[in-house]
Amino acid sequence: MPITYEPLATTTLGSAAASVTFSSISGSYTDLVIVINGALSSGLASLSVEYNGDTTVGNYSYTRLQGNGTSATSARATSDKGIGFVAQDACMTIININNYSNSTTYKTTLTRTNSNYSSDGRTASYVALWQNTAAITSIKLSASVNFNSGFTFTIYGIKAA
Amino acid sequence: MPILGIIASSKFGDVGDFESIATVTVGSGGASNAEFTNIPGYYEHLQIRALTKCSNADLTVRAQFNSDTGTNYATHYIEANGSTVAAGAVTSTTYVMVGIAASGTAGQVGGFVLDVLYYSNTSKYKTTRTLSGCDNNGSGYVWPASGLWMSTNAITSIKIFPASGTFQQYASFALYGIRSA
Repeated sequence: MPITYEPLATTTLGSAAASVTFSSISGSYTDLVIVINGALSSGLASLSVEYNGDTTVGNYSYTRLQGNGTSATSARATSDKGIGFVAQDACMTIININNYSNSTTYKTTLTRTNSNYSSDGRTASYVALWQNTAAITSIKLSASVNFNSGFTFTIYGIKAA
Repeated sequence: MPILGIIASSKFGDVGDFESIATVTVGSGGASNAEFTNIPGYYEHLQIRALTKCSNADLTVRAQFNSDTGTNYATHYIEANGSTVAAGAVTSTTYVMVGIAASGTAGQVGGFVLDVLYYSNTSKYKTTRTLSGCDNNGSGYVWPASGLWMSTNAITSIKIFPASGTFQQYASFALYGIRSA
């Protein structure tokens, strides 16, 4: 029985970093899942993504559902690479990229992202779009502040029959 | 015991904890539904990971189990459209709602990750949960939901279909089984 759900790479930061990139991603899987866990030095920051080195912000957009313990809100942004957030104290993000290696559709991601930052706790779901039909071969994750030492990023491949 | 959910196994190195069962990909002619039959009962949970595209605008995607067309289903959902959040429920329906589909511009697709919990248990009603959405660069939805099928029968088939219209080319549905220890 072949392995269906396989870890491809893990990066654990030994020092603060502005971004983490997974490159040379094999096209032999069907979906990708990325798990991010860590804590910023302070505050809460947006988590952004770039695929295949595409820095054209107009190719990215998202729609968000968010709850902060008091209210539920929704927001949308175009020309925005946002895909979630990271925060002080503790945060967790899981990103699903379904059919990442097909070359006929734009790429849609589904994200669950959570902040347990004591001053700004949130839970949110994002659906994000990259308007490009290219197979995804690299993924750059960055935040509006540096990721702290100890942040862990793991990427998994899921292979369908 | 694997941790069920968007990340669905706690022991990824072990062969067989999370197994691919079947995949349906919609061809150029479109399709009214995608169906998985003869689902084996030896997993603990099922997960369907989908890319959704249909002929009508931003429609929900539905499912029926074991060809049951009775009013034995219910769904609770949250719909966020980029400006407002609405919560809704449907009960005594002939389907469970499992996601949302994109339409329109070529290339745009939606998706969902659906978990069907304890699908083969013969003493419990069946519960689903989904994370779904589509973003169309200026429109779209985030759409999480939970669903119920009021039957104690083991699920052996799942039929997935759009609320109206048809699935379009490149829509795909991959069924996985998740084993317990």
